[in-house]
Amino acid sequence: MKNIFKKRQDPLTDTQLLMTITICIFIGMYLFAMIIFGGGFLHAQQIFDLLNDNASLIIVSFGLTIVMIGGGIDISVGAVTSLVVMSCVLYLNSSGGNLFVAILLALGIGLAFGVVHGLLISYLEIQPFIVTLAGMFFARGMTTILSVNPQKADHAGFTALRDTQIVIPWLGYTAKNGNLVPARIELGVVVAILCLIVMFIVLKYVRLGRNFYALGGNQTSALMLGINVKRTRFLSYVLSGLLSGISGFVFMMHTGAGNATNAAGMEMNAIASSIIGGTLLTGGVGNIIGTFFGTMTLTTIKKIVVSSGLNDPWWQSITTGGMLCLFILLQSIVLGRRAKKK
Amino acid sequence: MKKKRLFSGGLGQLTIPFVAICLLVLFNVIRDLIMIFVLKTPDYISFFSIEITKNNIGNSVLSGNLISIINGASELAVLAIGMTLVTAACGGQDISVGAAAAIAGSVFVKVLKASGNINAGTVILAFLCACIVAMIFGAFNGTLVAVFKIQPMIATLILYTCGRSIAYWINGGATPTVESPIIEGIGRFIPGIPIPTPVLIVAVMLIVFKVLFRFTSLELFTQAVGINQSAARLNGINPTLIKLLSFILLGACVSVAGIIGVSRLGLINHETLLLDVEMDAILAVAIGGNSLGGGRFKISGSIIGAYVIQMLTITLYSMKVSSTDVKAYKAIVIVLLVVIGSPVFKEKFGRFMARRAASKVQAKGAEES
Repeated sequence: MKNIFKKRQDPLTDTQLLMTITICIFIGMYLFAMIIFGGGFLHAQQIFDLLNDNASLIIVSFGLTIVMIGGGIDISVGAVTSLVVMSCVLYLNSSGGNLFVAILLALGIGLAFGVVHGLLISYLEIQPFIVTLAGMFFARGMTTILSVNPQKADHAGFTALRDTQIVIPWLGYTAKNGNLVPARIELGVVVAILCLIVMFIVLKYVRLGRNFYALGGNQTSALMLGINVKRTRFLSYVLSGLLSGISGFVFMMHTGAGNATNAAGMEMNAIASSIIGGTLLTGGVGNIIGTFFGTMTLTTIKKIVVSSGLNDPWWQSITTGGMLCLFILLQSIVLGRRAKKK
Repeated sequence: MKKKRLFSGGLGQLTIPFVAICLLVLFNVIRDLIMIFVLKTPDYISFFSIEITKNNIGNSVLSGNLISIINGASELAVLAIGMTLVTAACGGQDISVGAAAAIAGSVFVKVLKASGNINAGTVILAFLCACIVAMIFGAFNGTLVAVFKIQPMIATLILYTCGRSIAYWINGGATPTVESPIIEGIGRFIPGIPIPTPVLIVAVMLIVFKVLFRFTSLELFTQAVGINQSAARLNGINPTLIKLLSFILLGACVSVAGIIGVSRLGLINHETLLLDVEMDAILAVAIGGNSLGGGRFKISGSIIGAYVIQMLTITLYSMKVSSTDVKAYKAIVIVLLVVIGSPVFKEKFGRFMARRAASKVQAKGAEES
């Protein structure tokens, strides 16, 4: 490790280092799963399944990463996702439901939450945790006010969109009965990948994205550099809200039904994904690609626990907690050593 | 002028909780008056009425909305005490208190079940076991925060993720019940005393912490670490120890809250015991006027904060809002409260009052001349 760093002219930044660790661990873990469990892990469909099931979590984590890079926190994302799903399903089921308007509705709800959070946090200087906690309560409460019972979307246009899948025959595998099962990707994954690309470009090459890092790194310095700190912080929450809206629509495309318990605990999963991906809650450090691999790592851990035959209901979260603990300790030790070296 | 002083910090950090309580009381008084005198609703019971009723074991006890507020907020108040300490010392919050309380409750029930008959001795033994386990988990969180320098929310995310599953595992995949007059005495009423026992437990906890602060320098040291860690260290305070200690004390509070929760129902359900209490506890600390960034703190503020939250909930229940919808209304009130308490609003309001006072003086001066 030491030699690699000494040879480089330009040593890795904290962001790059944490991201590299995550990617290495993800690849290592996946290889481990392939060797030990074989079976499903050898098929490409396994990765696509992970993506299909977690597209909305991935999108939400991107928003959270941006807020966390800016030094804030947004714990309303899961609840907003749930509210978007419920309201879109109810709208589509009502007479005259239009798919295009439903997408606008999803984006609108997300954006509205983002704007209100941003205004309260940035311009009224209220602690982000409390504001987004209130946002979470409000969204969860509104979801149950809209409907306590699960609602299934039966809009014709929507079901067509939901069942649209990208089929890749050459990545498929031959099932036991000799049939070729092609690899399938849902549209939500495409949306997630698009978000990944756009957010990556925004954080890397757009001034706004660089401002997020400056804001999270040191607010006073950012102010002295002439960055509009309040507007930057405001926009970070708006982006997060917007991504929650998109995530809600993707969630609906995956499940096709609205339920008051949808996306329960998603905010904590999203925070965990961002952290595993190398984002620091103190701000200024983080990366979208890292977050993507963070989500994949988190979901792969859960898959591995299921495959390893620990069927008791408690093992999944206990192992997830244990792995989370390992990651967090590893990051702390690595960053601590680097800080000492400097 | 007097009015202005009240709003611009006459009560210091207790302004927000007091304003909140006053608003809620005022709201309920107006509602009572409307219901009784304007709408003349028959059988309407005032929000503030307190009655003495006989409970099912023939014990005369107090009942009414006010009693259910101070009774129902007990777990929250106990947790808020510990949460205030952690917040003040570390500048972050513990989000695992609900999960840790479930573990403490499970250990409590497990020890009671293992010891066979339930008497005062076994209950104390079970309480001590639960307390030690909760403190060990507190120390685990504290070590991550203090020694490994991980932000508290992240460090406690681990236990938040797996705590309830650990409780499930301790219970062996069931939700065991305990039935005994002693457990009922802890969770509801002790025969002969009309006040609910959880309220007394909160009072005892408050006295214990007040005594702790009175005879040790814990309060001063905690504030010093929270305000500036390096400065505290240079002055000979060990920040690591103080942070660790705050988490261990929170662990003790968690075990007490968990046991109140278990005793109230007489069973341990790992999924629903003190669900979402971590968010309410953090909210209580914030409503109590404590900075979530650490530093100066007032335990009393947090406890009033806990009662504000419960009063809000009970007010909504008395207006026939269903328990799942309460959250939405709660959110609106929370936002209103924090907006009133925000520094920008205070400044604007102060300036507005000053301008009005100035224009009044001017008008007076013009009249006189």
